[in-house]
Amino acid sequence: MNTSKSNWLFNFYIFIFLLYMLLPLAVMGGAALNDSRFPSVYPWVGFTDRWFIELFQDTRMWEAFRNTILVAIAVVIISVPIGTAAAILINSLAGKTRTVLYALMVAPILTPGAVIGISTLLFWNKFGVAAGLHLSALGQASYISAFVMLMVLARLQSFDRGLEEAALDLGANYNQVVRRILLPHLYPALGAGAAIAFFQSIENFNTTLFTRGTYDTLTVYVFSKVRSGITPTINALALILIVVTLVIMLYFEFARRRREKAAQARAVTREETAKAEAIGRDQPQAAFPPTQ
Amino acid sequence: MKELLRRYGHTLTWIFVALTAFWLLVLVILPQLYLLEESFRLYLPLADIGGPKDVYTLANYRSAFEQPTEWKFWLPFAWKPIILPFEAPIRMQVFVHTLLYSTVTTVITLILCYPVAFYLAKVANPRNVPLLFVGLLVPMWVSEILRAFAWFIILAFKGPLNMALVNMGIIESPIRWITGFNSVTFGLIYVYLLFMLLPIYNAIQSLDTNQMEAAKDLGASSWRTHWRVIIPHSKPGIASGCVMVFMLAAGSILVPTLLASTQSRWFTEIIQQAMFESQDWNTGSAYAFMLLVTCTVFVIGMMRVFRVKLSDIAR
Repeated sequence: MNTSKSNWLFNFYIFIFLLYMLLPLAVMGGAALNDSRFPSVYPWVGFTDRWFIELFQDTRMWEAFRNTILVAIAVVIISVPIGTAAAILINSLAGKTRTVLYALMVAPILTPGAVIGISTLLFWNKFGVAAGLHLSALGQASYISAFVMLMVLARLQSFDRGLEEAALDLGANYNQVVRRILLPHLYPALGAGAAIAFFQSIENFNTTLFTRGTYDTLTVYVFSKVRSGITPTINALALILIVVTLVIMLYFEFARRRREKAAQARAVTREETAKAEAIGRDQPQAAFPPTQ
Repeated sequence: MKELLRRYGHTLTWIFVALTAFWLLVLVILPQLYLLEESFRLYLPLADIGGPKDVYTLANYRSAFEQPTEWKFWLPFAWKPIILPFEAPIRMQVFVHTLLYSTVTTVITLILCYPVAFYLAKVANPRNVPLLFVGLLVPMWVSEILRAFAWFIILAFKGPLNMALVNMGIIESPIRWITGFNSVTFGLIYVYLLFMLLPIYNAIQSLDTNQMEAAKDLGASSWRTHWRVIIPHSKPGIASGCVMVFMLAAGSILVPTLLASTQSRWFTEIIQQAMFESQDWNTGSAYAFMLLVTCTVFVIGMMRVFRVKLSDIAR
């Protein structure tokens, strides 16, 4: 498709792009280790761990951390059942009803977080429910449920409904059909949906800002720190997050490679009998987050 | 519906419907309707609520068009504003700047991401792609606020970027990056870049490579193949990326707060001001609703321009 010269340019562009993505994180992380009161990597004053110590001694940070985890767990508990139910429901519909319902379901993804936050705050306030973490969880769940719905819906496309028919014909009751046939097929999507819901909730700022009342979450804590006078403790927190993220991602990547290798090994041993089958099934799949 | 009843029985079907109804009604539709209703009412002391002053009015929306002042208009990447020869309402100036710079951010992220998405989907050795993605996705998983914070450090007057440029002899004296909308634009591009990259990557990846081969065999140049084969195929991904980036940029609170200069204000700051400083939730909801309408118009516009369905954009 390309001549070698333009290919060289292309590779160079990708290299610059990767540098552009990663260098800011390196600068931010590096500043956590620099013994300078303003977070910077230049001039390099000297190596220090005092920003980490200061961060760990900050009780407000720990409280914000606990709140963040609590909200994230609540969001998972609310949005996974809702998203799953909605996906099953919409999967059984067709035509105009489906189009309208689908539009309503994905609309929260395309709504600015501030709007969701303000409307949640106003609506519950009308019923005397004051702002607080419970409203943050509800506000976040209103759009995070849509992510779960989309993931479960995608998984339902590969579901063989004949299995349910067969189970019913063989005398299974409705609960058994769901518990033994449908849910096991959906488990990967439910797990991925729960993970996405958890991390989306931790990330969330806009909705939380308007609904939180006087409580802090981690993002709000960082925000107020940055506003009130910047210290490199934020960089220390950032460096911890970067390292944790990197470790988790590399772990999954290597686990995937191991699985792939194992699959190949199996394929070789079964080569004569089921060559085509073994290769087709274990296609590698990288773990990508959804579109938001 | 009948289908559900036959498969899962009354109880389970009822649970599915109830959960979905709770979500759509209680968490999505009713709060938005209530927001709309409140935006037409006045912010009154408790004693006046329900009284003769408690009427529906457009006053909250009208307030967005009040207080005309001199308009210092910032062109993209300008270091000085242009002083326009007419006055404009202060909040409308902010609104127009917000739309303009959200659009600029969307266009630049699209231009930056398309080659990368194409490279990852069709050019790179498939064995290396997962590792490349690890590199690209680390910033994504580190939260939005920290991505913006990183640029706050980089663009500081005595920050690493200025120091590096001065030491390399590219510039003589440090540049004040946090001027006008420059730093906000840099920040928005970096923070929301991956929301453009991933949908386009997914779209290009689903293109059958044979179609590209066929175009080449029939004599199409590289550019022509992109223009006539690959871009038309990736339209849903492009539309999806543009919608997400525009919405996130226009609704961003973190990036403008961290990276705005004294002259550049963002529309979300106007909303925050009404909500937190004046405690006037009615006016706040009017402004929030304006933001919502803007984003909705953008979504519909993109669907028209690219001739894609909503189910192509969000999936």
